Amino acid sequence: MWDYVKIAVYGVIAVCAAIAASYARDFPYQVHAVIVMLVAAGLFLLTVRRTGDPKPVPDTGYMDDVVRAGVIATAFWGVVGFAAGTFIASQLAFPWLNFDWANGYLNFGRLRPLHTSAVIFAFGGNALIATSFYVVQRTSAARLWGGNAAWFVFWGYQLFIVLAATGYVLGATQSKEYAEPEWYVDWWLTIIWVVYLMIFMGTIFRRKEPHIYVANWFYLSFIVTVAMLHIVNNLSIPVSIFGSKSVQVFAGVQDAMTQWWYGHNAVGFFLTAGFLGMMYYFVPKQAERPVFSYKLSIIHFWALIFLYIWAGPHHLHYTALPDWAGTLGMVFSIMLWMPSWGGMINGLMTLSGAWDKLRTDPIIRMMVVAVGFYGMSTFEGPMMSIRAVNSLSHYTDWTIGHVHSGALGWNGMITFGALYFLAPRLWGKERLYSTALVSWHFWLATIGIVLYAASMWVSGIMEGLMWREVDDQGFLVNSFADTVAAKYPMYVVRAIGGGLFVLGGLIMCFNIWKTATSAPARRAAPVAAPAE
Amino acid sequence: MDTYSVMREFADSWMLLFLTLFFVGVIVWVLRPGSTKAHRDSASIPFRHEDEPAGAEDDGATCRKEART
Repeated sequence: MWDYVKIAVYGVIAVCAAIAASYARDFPYQVHAVIVMLVAAGLFLLTVRRTGDPKPVPDTGYMDDVVRAGVIATAFWGVVGFAAGTFIASQLAFPWLNFDWANGYLNFGRLRPLHTSAVIFAFGGNALIATSFYVVQRTSAARLWGGNAAWFVFWGYQLFIVLAATGYVLGATQSKEYAEPEWYVDWWLTIIWVVYLMIFMGTIFRRKEPHIYVANWFYLSFIVTVAMLHIVNNLSIPVSIFGSKSVQVFAGVQDAMTQWWYGHNAVGFFLTAGFLGMMYYFVPKQAERPVFSYKLSIIHFWALIFLYIWAGPHHLHYTALPDWAGTLGMVFSIMLWMPSWGGMINGLMTLSGAWDKLRTDPIIRMMVVAVGFYGMSTFEGPMMSIRAVNSLSHYTDWTIGHVHSGALGWNGMITFGALYFLAPRLWGKERLYSTALVSWHFWLATIGIVLYAASMWVSGIMEGLMWREVDDQGFLVNSFADTVAAKYPMYVVRAIGGGLFVLGGLIMCFNIWKTATSAPARRAAPVAAPAE
Repeated sequence: MDTYSVMREFADSWMLLFLTLFFVGVIVWVLRPGSTKAHRDSASIPFRHEDEPAGAEDDGATCRKEART
């Protein structure tokens, strides 16, 4: 019966998408309608072929096949996103890489949101979905709720990524940073996100552990808050249901404030709370000892939740935003030092008594560096939110360096650590294919981050000082082009750092691939990996 | 008074008070005397059900039993 419903739904979607494609008022919308039509038609055929097949017996073990798919997607999108970043970094250093023949499609302006969304939403998002599914099952001692709904979330999210990415290249954007996708892509993500929340909550509701482990609190806050941020920031009215253009409901400074309320909490809840969920599970597991202080972890959680949501206005110093709002954002940013460093100490001290593992285990080394970068970038961020510091740092490469020490150092490294932890377990292997390759990845990534962050600090502070330099007559000394020329060597160093990071990512893909295919299988334990 | 001012006044007074008290309450609750044992038990959750879910028949009884050991 359910199959017939699915066939009908896929058929209707395919027909509607075909109609939308023919009535399309702009090219990106048409391309998207064709993509949706092809996906729906493919699913239609697939379901027709499978209708009437005997249903497999429902499994009672952990649902790990969707996590396996998530690990593959994370590694794949990671390399795509890092490569896109390295390419646009090279475009800044060598402008001829904005090829004439691809102008309007592959120039810096079009590829920059592609890079940010690929690393944040495709790489980070897949990592969060996959690890949250893994962690919530283990810490609740229950199978994932909702059966194939998890597969809907996984594939639906990949479709969201494809629609977003093609939209950017073709020019469908609502020009909100980290929220560029147009209205119908936003609606689609909302549907996926609600199902994701239901699966996560459903699994928690059927937990066999009386207590909800702290990692799940972080994951849950990430899912709930991102839903709220996404909906409010994307309140827009489509110009036509057959076109990609939409008009924002908010205007002027309200729109700017909503955007940075969204933007900063995307950092706070997507890139911080969600990844802290990872930290609170994978660091103790890899160190083989419980978290340093569970009390501190609960205070860390509530302090982070209570403070982060107010920090957004620090993105709008010296704008039309009232000063009191900027001061509020600044004060709350400074207060964030406490939970951030509390969390960092909690993560690092989990290794107390096991510090020798740092010598032998490159995975724990990655996690420790990740937590270290978490501490460093959450120290740097509040400092940059102070109005006086911001007057120097804003609009310069310092901001870019700050973001990347957080994104590459914290999000990247903790994700790599989690993927290396998961790969042998998910594919039922004794161990990773090669620990030496993990070491290579570790050093390539670390050196890449250092080159990136250091060059951007130098470049950012230099251009900030050059912009404000005035001679004794009160005239500005440097033109904007002077600062661009002066930054050239730092841009080259940055691109090299990015290249090293991509190389590390490729080594990781190879290592995970070989782990899945040719690492020795786990010896027959009483309970093997759950068969799927 | 217009909606903005009403909500603004509420946010500045009662809601602020509620959030602050809630936050202080959480900290007090976490640090309450005698809670260390429960927290230590919670911290060991990741080490219990690595390979398969808790059996349906014992319905969480194992968790509590393991918690005691």
